[in-house]
Amino acid sequence: MILFLVRKTLWAAVTLAVASVLVFAALEIVPGDPAQVMLGINATDEAIAALREDLGLNKPVLERYFSWVFGMLQGDFGKSYTYSVPVNELVADRVTISLPLALLSLLISTAIAIPVGLYAAARRGSLADTGIMALSQVGIAIPNFWFALLLVYFLAIWLQLVPAGGFPGWEAGFFTALKSLLLPAISLALPQAAILSRVTRSALLETLGEDYVRTARAKGLSRRSTIWKHALRNAMIPVLTILGLQFAYLLAGTIIIENVFYLPGLGRLVFQAISLRDLIVVESVVMMLVGTIIVINLLVDLAYLWVDPRLRHRRS
Amino acid sequence: MRTLKKLLAVALMTTAIAPATMVGAAFAAKTSLIMGMVLEPPHLDPTAGAPAAIDEVVYANVFEGLTRIGSKGEVLPGLAESWDISEDGKTYTFKLRTGVKYHDGSAFDAEDVKFSLDRARAEGSTNAQKALFAGIDSVTVKDASTVEVQLKSPAGNFLFNMGWGDAVIVAPETADGNKANPVGTGPFKFGSWVKGATLNLVKNDDYWGTPVALEKATFRFISDPAAALSAMLAGDVDAFANFPAPETIPQLRADPRFNVVIGSTEGETILSTNNTKPPFNDVRVRQAIAHAIDRQAIIDGAMFGLGTPIGTHFAPHHPAYVDLVGQYPLDLEGAKKLLADAGYPNGFKATLKLPPPSYARRGGEIVASQLRKIGIELEIIPVEWGVWVPEVFKAKDYDLTIVSHTEPMDIGIYARDDYYFNYNSDAFKATITKLNETTGEADRYALMAEAQKIITNDAVNGFMFQLAKAGVWNAKINGLWENSPVQANDLTGVSWSD
Repeated sequence: MILFLVRKTLWAAVTLAVASVLVFAALEIVPGDPAQVMLGINATDEAIAALREDLGLNKPVLERYFSWVFGMLQGDFGKSYTYSVPVNELVADRVTISLPLALLSLLISTAIAIPVGLYAAARRGSLADTGIMALSQVGIAIPNFWFALLLVYFLAIWLQLVPAGGFPGWEAGFFTALKSLLLPAISLALPQAAILSRVTRSALLETLGEDYVRTARAKGLSRRSTIWKHALRNAMIPVLTILGLQFAYLLAGTIIIENVFYLPGLGRLVFQAISLRDLIVVESVVMMLVGTIIVINLLVDLAYLWVDPRLRHRRS
Repeated sequence: MRTLKKLLAVALMTTAIAPATMVGAAFAAKTSLIMGMVLEPPHLDPTAGAPAAIDEVVYANVFEGLTRIGSKGEVLPGLAESWDISEDGKTYTFKLRTGVKYHDGSAFDAEDVKFSLDRARAEGSTNAQKALFAGIDSVTVKDASTVEVQLKSPAGNFLFNMGWGDAVIVAPETADGNKANPVGTGPFKFGSWVKGATLNLVKNDDYWGTPVALEKATFRFISDPAAALSAMLAGDVDAFANFPAPETIPQLRADPRFNVVIGSTEGETILSTNNTKPPFNDVRVRQAIAHAIDRQAIIDGAMFGLGTPIGTHFAPHHPAYVDLVGQYPLDLEGAKKLLADAGYPNGFKATLKLPPPSYARRGGEIVASQLRKIGIELEIIPVEWGVWVPEVFKAKDYDLTIVSHTEPMDIGIYARDDYYFNYNSDAFKATITKLNETTGEADRYALMAEAQKIITNDAVNGFMFQLAKAGVWNAKINGLWENSPVQANDLTGVSWSD
C-alpha cells in the first residue's frame, strides 16, 4: 500500500515536470506577442517594447522557465498579463463555478446512469433494455450545446423558471446560485450519463458471466443478491475509470457549455487567455489542471483498491 | 404530480401567448441598466490598452478627456470648457472646468492635464495610440485652470484626437492603479467586477456636470451569439449596443418589447491588398478586383444585409464622405480585360488570410467565390489575431486579407510609410499633410474628399462596406447611441420611461 503510494507520487512528480516543459515550450512556439495583442495594431514599436520590458518578456527563455517553475513550487503562479492580477486569484474565482458545476453534473449523471445501467443489465434483452440502450445512443449523439439551447428555450425563455445564463455568485444565496447552474449541469450530465449507463451495463454483464457468479447462483443465492453482493462490486472498476475521466473533462473541457450559458468558468478563462496570448495564465492553469487530473487518477486508483481487495495484496 | 400538471398547463399557455405575457413588471421608471457586451475588457485603463471593450465600459462614463466625441462624431467640450487656437494653428489654450473632483475626492486641475499628456507621450509609455500625441511639442500649465499645448506642426484633427479614450485625463496619484480600480472624473464610479461575468458602475453623486439618471449600470459579458439572443429574450440583459447575432434581428424586430436600431460604425471593412507584392503592384490588377467585388452580395451573405457599401476608406455618415461606389461597378468582362492587359489573361493564384471576426471569415468565402469568376484562385488561410498581427500587419507577409478598420477618421493611415498596405503615393501624402495644416472646416472637407478620390483611383484596397452597429434594447430605454463614432457605450444620457 505504502509502496503503491510512493510509486504513484514519484510518477506524478515526473509527469508534472514533463508537462511543465511541454506546456512552456508549446507556448513559446505559438506565434503572437502578448504585448502586441494587448496594445493593438496602432501601437508604436516603442510602446510595445516598453510593455514587453514591463511584463518581463525580454528575459532569456531559460530564466523565464525556471522562475515560473520555482514560483509554482512556492505556490506563486505568476501574474496575468492582461488582467494584471495574480493567476491564483483568477483561478480561485473560476473554480467557485467550475467545481460545483462539475460536481453537480457528475452527481446528476451518476444518479441517472448507474441505476439505469444496472436495470438494463439485469434485464438484458428485454424491451426495457433495448429501449434504454437506444435512448443512450441518442444521448451520446445529441451535441450537448444543442440540448442546452433547447433547455434554455423552454425553461428560461418560455417558462422563465431559471435564468438563461450567467452566474450571480454564491453571495447571491445558495439556491439562487445553484439554480443558475442547474441547466448547464443537466446539459453536461446527459451525454455523460448516456456513456456511463452503457459502461455500467456492459461491465455488469461481463461480471455476470464469471465463474464466481455462477457458483454463487449454484449455491442458492437469489439472482438479486448475486448482483448486489458479488457482481456489482466487481463491475465498478471500469465505471470508476470512466467517472475519473469524466470529472477531469467536466472541470476544464466545458467551454462550449460555458459559452452557451455565459458562465465564467475555467474553460473560458483558458480560451480567452489563449486568444489574448496571456501565456502565463494558460501555462499556469494547464499545470494546475495537470495536477488535478493526477490527483483524480490517484483517487481512482485508491478507489480500485477499495472495491477490489485482490489489488490490495498484489505485489509487483 | 399536481405541480407537474400545473407546469404543463403553464407551458401550454405560454406557448400560445408567449410574447404577450412576458412584459417586464416595471411600475416606476427603472434606474438600473444591464448592458450586454460580447467581449470583456482585459482591464479598465483606456490609456494603456487597445481593446475597444475598455472604452465601451469607461469612456465618458468613468473617464473624461479635454474634449469628448458626441453621438454624431462631433467634438464637444469635456474637461476643457473652451479653447483658443492661435493663428498659426500650433498653440491650443484650453480653459478647464473648475470644481471638478476625481472619484477619490481629490481635485482636478491643470497639473493633471499636463501629467496625463506627458505620460502618454513619454518614452516608456504603453499608450496604444501613442501616435495621437506625437505632434505635441510641449504642455505648459498657465494657471490652475489654463493649459497651453504647443504642437510641432498644425494638426487640424487635434481636438478630435483629444477626445479619444486613449487621451483621457487621469490623476498622478491613481494613474497606475486604473487598470483594476479606475479613478476618473466621470458621472459613474467603478463599483465591482466579477471577472468573466459582470462589471458594475455606480452613479457619482459629486459629478460636476448634469447628473445621470441611472443609479447603477451593469455590463454583462456574453460572447456567444446564441446566448446573447437567449439573454435578450429572457430579459437577463436590457440592452446590447452591438448585438452579435445579426441573423436574429428580424425576430427581435417583430417583438414589441425591443427596439432594434441599425446604425453605423467607424469600421471600414476592406479587402486589404499588399500593394508591392506582384501581381497586386499593378494598379490594373487591383482595379480588376474592384470591378469583380459585388458589395451587396457580401453584405447580404456575410452580414445578413446589415452594412453600407463604400467605395473608399471613409465613413458614409461623415459630411465629407464622397460616394465612390459607382467608380468600379460590378463588371466581370471589364475586370477580365484589365487582368489580361496586366498580363494575366488566365488569372493567377493568391492567398487570403482571414482573422476571426465573422465579417472576415464569412465575407472571405464570398470574396473568394467572386474573384474565382475572373480567374483569381484564392487560398483561404484562417488566422488568429495573435498570428494576424505579426504576420500580416507587421511582417506584411500576405497577399490579401479582410479587416474592418474601426478607428475613427483613419484615412491618414494611407499616408504612413511602412503601413501594411505597402501603399506609397506622394500625391496622397501631400494631401494629408495639407489637411493636417488646415483648420477651416470647409477647406478640410475639400481635402478629405480629394484624399478619398486618390485612394479610390489607385484602387489601393478592395473597399467593401461600412460595418453596421446593430443595437437591440428594451423599448423603454432612451438615450443609447444609434451610431458609434467612437467605440463607446456613453450612458450619460440614458434613462427609462415609465
